[in-house]
Amino acid sequence: MKYVDEYRSPEIAAQLSAEIAALADGGHHKIMEICGGHTHTIYRHGIEDHLPDGIELVHGPGCPVCVMPMGRIDDAIAIAEQPDVIMTSFGDMLRVPGGRGSFLDAKAAGCDIRMVYSPLDALKVARNNPDKRVVFTAIGFETTAPSTAATLLRAAAEGLENFAVFCNHVLVCPAVQAILDAPGQDLDGFLGPGHVSTVIGAAPYEFVARDYGKPLVVSGFEPLDILESIYRLLQQRVEGRAEVENQYTRVVPWEGNTRALEVIDRTMVPRDAFEWRGLGTIPDSALGLREEFAAFDAERLFDLPGAVVEDPRECQCDEVLTGQIKPWECGVFGTACTPETPIGTCMVSSEGACAAYYQYGRFNRAAATAGAGA
Amino acid sequence: MSAAQPEEGTGQRSAAEREQEVLDRAERARRRAPKVREERITLAHGAGGRSSHALTEAVFLAAFSNPALDALEDQALLAVGGERLAFTTDSFVVSPLFFPGGSIGDLAVNGTVNDLAVSGAEPRFLSAGFIIEEGLAVADLERIVADMRAAAAAAGVTIVTGDTKVVERGKGDGCYINTSGVGVLSRPVELGARFARPGDAVLVSGPIGEHGITILLSRGDLDIESDIESDTAPLHELTAAVLDAADGVRCMRDATRGGVATVLNEIAGAADVGIHLTEGALPLRPDVVGACEVLGIDPLYVACEGRMVVVVDGAQADAALAALQALPAGAQASRIGTVAADPAGMVLLETTFGGNRVVDVLVGDPLPRIC
Repeated sequence: MKYVDEYRSPEIAAQLSAEIAALADGGHHKIMEICGGHTHTIYRHGIEDHLPDGIELVHGPGCPVCVMPMGRIDDAIAIAEQPDVIMTSFGDMLRVPGGRGSFLDAKAAGCDIRMVYSPLDALKVARNNPDKRVVFTAIGFETTAPSTAATLLRAAAEGLENFAVFCNHVLVCPAVQAILDAPGQDLDGFLGPGHVSTVIGAAPYEFVARDYGKPLVVSGFEPLDILESIYRLLQQRVEGRAEVENQYTRVVPWEGNTRALEVIDRTMVPRDAFEWRGLGTIPDSALGLREEFAAFDAERLFDLPGAVVEDPRECQCDEVLTGQIKPWECGVFGTACTPETPIGTCMVSSEGACAAYYQYGRFNRAAATAGAGA
Repeated sequence: MSAAQPEEGTGQRSAAEREQEVLDRAERARRRAPKVREERITLAHGAGGRSSHALTEAVFLAAFSNPALDALEDQALLAVGGERLAFTTDSFVVSPLFFPGGSIGDLAVNGTVNDLAVSGAEPRFLSAGFIIEEGLAVADLERIVADMRAAAAAAGVTIVTGDTKVVERGKGDGCYINTSGVGVLSRPVELGARFARPGDAVLVSGPIGEHGITILLSRGDLDIESDIESDTAPLHELTAAVLDAADGVRCMRDATRGGVATVLNEIAGAADVGIHLTEGALPLRPDVVGACEVLGIDPLYVACEGRMVVVVDGAQADAALAALQALPAGAQASRIGTVAADPAGMVLLETTFGGNRVVDVLVGDPLPRIC
């Protein structure tokens, strides 16, 4: 694991952490990591143990499962309930609660719902089951949209007639803008998402620095990537700069992946508006299938309830997703809402802020260190 | 905005204090007797995590409760005449039936042998029940049975009784096997998760996660090539060696479904102790780590079928470890952690990166039907 260990060196971490503490200089710096993958890394590796008290990391909306509104889950289940349908999706989706339960519940009640690792696997299911209608529930930001797009192109080329996509792809920049426009927003800077940026590049975030005066550093996913990105954010703050920087240059080209963007564009178009969990309805914030791919569009092929389902009243996922509160500040965290009985989406995916905190961070750091001496 | 900002001098509790209160409340909720809330059984109920525990306690224990069962060890200890017997049962539904390093036949024998051996018993007799799907190739069944015969010979057990049922095509997945086993506990030991105490050492008998990753890769859903093989093996020689070397062994558990993390959580919960692991000490094959990274799975949760966790008096840790390492199957045994008083009921991991995190019980298994 040479190429992983390099990015997990405790010695370099200690050095970076000392430099971060010097730059932070006892001040308060509130930094949002947009991406759920970063949230996961932060808790999984205990990165907060390397940060001074004044650095407050708040978790953003970049967890694809977390931003799925309950109504869309109900729509997906309504498709799965149709005769002769095999519903496929990523494993993360299985436990997400809709208004009428989750995929897992629907599966136990008799629906044929299968976990796949890639939309191309869903295509394989379609080929192997010509007498069934196979639907792939596509979720994710621009990161996963190209693979859905490539799958659509493949399905069209093969003339597969029993395959469809229920498209829920969302776009990262409108979500970031919605957070910046929220009243009372007091963020000092952003860790920019890494995987999304491999597709869209770093350039699209320039509005964050230009229009809102906030620094943003596109970051990789290894612990040292995150520490270095925090260091670079603080450096900008200290020097009074607000720019978009790319820490993740080993993977993210500034202008993005033009081939990936092109396949998205060939198959999908921005929707006028899309409902996000926690952020409400945001214009131009999601992708639907192009007219030319209507034959593969589950939204056109099936009758969907299409209802807007209110989140449970006690659920504060909206405030968690916009960084207004920490997971533990939610009234039902860890009691009524746990990973086994999630009320909100943030408690479901391993990239969800509440699930990551519950699973990895739910202990007193001071006591942990004292106990380890035994 | 309700973000946590301590307000100095107002007498208000600090954010850290409020956070701790929430964590205490969450911990109390976590320890409450689990309930089965679902109307139907889902795959999560069979995954070995919290939902499985809920099902076991709320449905099975509620109905069958008795002292031997309530201990919730991998086997029941029974006094019959002057003898102490260990008795256990396990069902095997792995898909595929054959995989690199073994087959459902190997698992069916080794799994039950190991559940007996970790109590300190000498495994002796097995039963074998087959539920076979119409259409299974007889040659495949013969291969499975040959593997069982070889595994039984290696473990020194005899298959003394059995049963066969055939179900219609589509009502089973080739072949399911149930084995029960009886062992004799002649050593004067009483082992159990509840006996772990602060100062004990936590050992693992070999590299972890190989079986689960093998099964995942052999299903062919992922185009990953590797030469990882299942670790399925009998543990009776290792358990005997550890018990010969150290009289301060508190408990041994084979780390099957839910992996090492699940076993350690069971121990931390049963003994009400904190377990502190050192990530750098976990024995892991590099290709297992690589596969786990790619798949986003934590190897601590991946099943083993021939590895065990040993909790032993800290003063005897070196002797127990040396005894494991002296056998080929334990050559890569490692001391992976320490038992402390706090945080009670929790497993913490010090990462190689120098941070700390909780290692919790899994809610759902990413890899169904691995054994």
